[in-house]
Amino acid sequence: MASHLFPEVVEDFEGHPPDLVPVLQRVQATYGYLSQESVSHISRWLRISENEIYGVATFFAQFRFTQPGEHVIKVCLGTACHVKGGEQILDVLQRRLDVQPGGATADGKYQLERVACLGCCALAPVLAIDEKIYGETSVLRVHRMLEERENREDA
Amino acid sequence: MKTLEAQRDRAIQAWHELENNARPLIYVGAGSCGLAAGAAEVIEAIAGYLAEKRIGADILKVGCIGPCYLEPLVDVQMPGNPRISYANVTPGLVRELLDSFFEKGDVYQHHLVGHFGQNGFKGAPKFFEHAMLARQVRVVLRNCGVIDPDNVDHYLARDGYRAFEKCLSMRWNDVLDAIKNSGIRGRGGAGFPTWRKWLVCRDTESDTRYLICNADEGDPGAFMNRSLIEGDPHSVLEGMLIAAYTIGASEGFVYIRAEYPLAIERLRSAIARMRELGLLGNRILGSDFSFDIKIKEGAGAFVCGEETALIASIEGRRGMPRTRPPFPAVEGLWGRPTIINNVETLGTLPNIIRNGAEWYSQFGTETSKGTKTFSLVGKVRRTGLIEVPLGTTLRTVIYDVGGGSVKGFKAVQTGGPSGGCLGEEFLDSPIDYEALAAVGSIMGSGGLIVLDKNTCIVDTAKYFLNFTQAESCGKCVPCRVGTRHLVGILERISQGNGEISDLAKLERLALTIKGGALCGLGQTAPNPVLTSLKYFRGEFLAHIIDKRCPAAVCRDLVHYRIIKDKCTGCQRCVKVCPTGAITGPRSEAHNLDMSKCIKCRSCYEICRFDAIAGDAIVIESGA
Repeated sequence: MASHLFPEVVEDFEGHPPDLVPVLQRVQATYGYLSQESVSHISRWLRISENEIYGVATFFAQFRFTQPGEHVIKVCLGTACHVKGGEQILDVLQRRLDVQPGGATADGKYQLERVACLGCCALAPVLAIDEKIYGETSVLRVHRMLEERENREDA
Repeated sequence: MKTLEAQRDRAIQAWHELENNARPLIYVGAGSCGLAAGAAEVIEAIAGYLAEKRIGADILKVGCIGPCYLEPLVDVQMPGNPRISYANVTPGLVRELLDSFFEKGDVYQHHLVGHFGQNGFKGAPKFFEHAMLARQVRVVLRNCGVIDPDNVDHYLARDGYRAFEKCLSMRWNDVLDAIKNSGIRGRGGAGFPTWRKWLVCRDTESDTRYLICNADEGDPGAFMNRSLIEGDPHSVLEGMLIAAYTIGASEGFVYIRAEYPLAIERLRSAIARMRELGLLGNRILGSDFSFDIKIKEGAGAFVCGEETALIASIEGRRGMPRTRPPFPAVEGLWGRPTIINNVETLGTLPNIIRNGAEWYSQFGTETSKGTKTFSLVGKVRRTGLIEVPLGTTLRTVIYDVGGGSVKGFKAVQTGGPSGGCLGEEFLDSPIDYEALAAVGSIMGSGGLIVLDKNTCIVDTAKYFLNFTQAESCGKCVPCRVGTRHLVGILERISQGNGEISDLAKLERLALTIKGGALCGLGQTAPNPVLTSLKYFRGEFLAHIIDKRCPAAVCRDLVHYRIIKDKCTGCQRCVKVCPTGAITGPRSEAHNLDMSKCIKCRSCYEICRFDAIAGDAIVIESGA
């Protein structure tokens, strides 16, 4: 059995094929991403081919296949955020951090993600760093947020 | 049969004590929107203040009451006084605000929104007479911002689970009749009569039936369901009990987006409370009815809002739709009859059962009964979550409730990526299922995004098509390939490379996709293009013929310019420019080299917010 490799994941599931998506979610929450190794374990545990697992996992936007950066910055590109300049906020972050959406910075500090909607549309444009959501951002505020974080780290 | 009466009596008593509080009570709006506006820091500041002054007061975290643009909202209720609401409270303001009450014994006069009392109070306005709230009718949102969502006693005290208990003493077909007579139709957007779908499911022979609450609120720009679950989760769960009882379901699922962590947390805690009260499990409250609820987190796919795709995803497969019939009500989850209802539909049910079908059907129009929540966002003064009777006109919602646009109203996008852009000439249209469909849009689940003169229609259409193209599951050709070409043509136009013939191509392609796509996503995806082409053709032509974006949005068609007479030479833009495009010595008008400019907007914003001049940098389109 490969299941002993995920002690914290296995015990909450019955191990049936319909558990696939929740299992993938839990593995990603625990290890940060879906490694080739974990997919092959899940395959043997749930008796679903790796091929099929990748088919499901790549279908959903939530799943990652590479090690994410330490802090995840999610830029909301919902409609309200779009009309209030969300794209330019993503742009500034891309340039300042030198990273594409879906990727991690070279130092592994940040992960940049674009999300369809965080549901805080009344405070657009919005972005989230890890679990914290910031409303009414602007290109300027993003510059400042990054500077503040850099200064804090230097101190 | 057991009842919740004893528990409810205790809850009512506690609620009365809270309302006629002996200790000061401070409410803070702590939904996702409140937290995004800084509610957590405000709560910390309040707790710090109370500890420092050794004041015995309670802090109550409530959900969103609606006017998100006023967040963080803090309400103070001193013993003997009504609850008084304050807007945009920052941690820095907390001391002044609370000193006024606790040190001086006065009502703080700044940032005041209104009080919640029945009668007048020291000349302060009433909260529910505030411009944003006066036209609203709060049925499904009645508890949001009023109760602590994590406290089931608050819900019980406000008649919670009374409707479900009433259902247990009724036959299922009497409950169905009540829902039928109320006239409620699906709030997820399709508008199918709720009772009819239920009856099909009930009439299908099966050993098991399933109920799914669709909380996969995928429309970007819509957050009605998030707010309702965060602010009053039990109303949705009680609705699930009522629906499950009527259709004879034994198992229920809440399918909710993973992007809503707070809502998921609230649901988990509410389901645990239900279990403690004996509202889930075998033979609920001693009746013959058994039912349980599980939470399924969506993994980020817009198409999973479509019923058959949602089912595929719960079954652990790629979330791809299939052809219907068979409809899920006949053959759904694991081949069993399955009802999928939207969060708002379910949240409304207890109100219908409790107050009667007749009461509910007094709101709304002949064919669209009841009230509906909308997220009013975009370029409008007062943004937030609202609830109005169906049939209210767009003008009332945008101008009376929302306060209009600062820069001049241009259009309103209803129905998200499946809807359309409607301009000034449609402002007097009533908002209901039929009226909006008649003009090429849809009411949808409730997103209302206001666009002003600084929003480009071509860019907005391109945005929606980019979204649906990215979210297309790829199963059918019209949607997979068609949306891609729509995006390609729109991109060309927004870059100034469009041709007049592109407009006819867009229309033809859009109609082909509409007619040929497999599911609702593809069939409605072209709506934003079709409506904007129909009602805002001039703007497309400006991009194509004049190579100009009238709203100065489309990047390839705009340039930045420094107005020499206004520039004071403060150098702030020079420092912020990432490419060295702006140069110039201090105190002299600066130069902007467009060949280096990447149009990142940094200089524009810093000039407006920080610089001495304020408006020396402009973004323009055309010669």
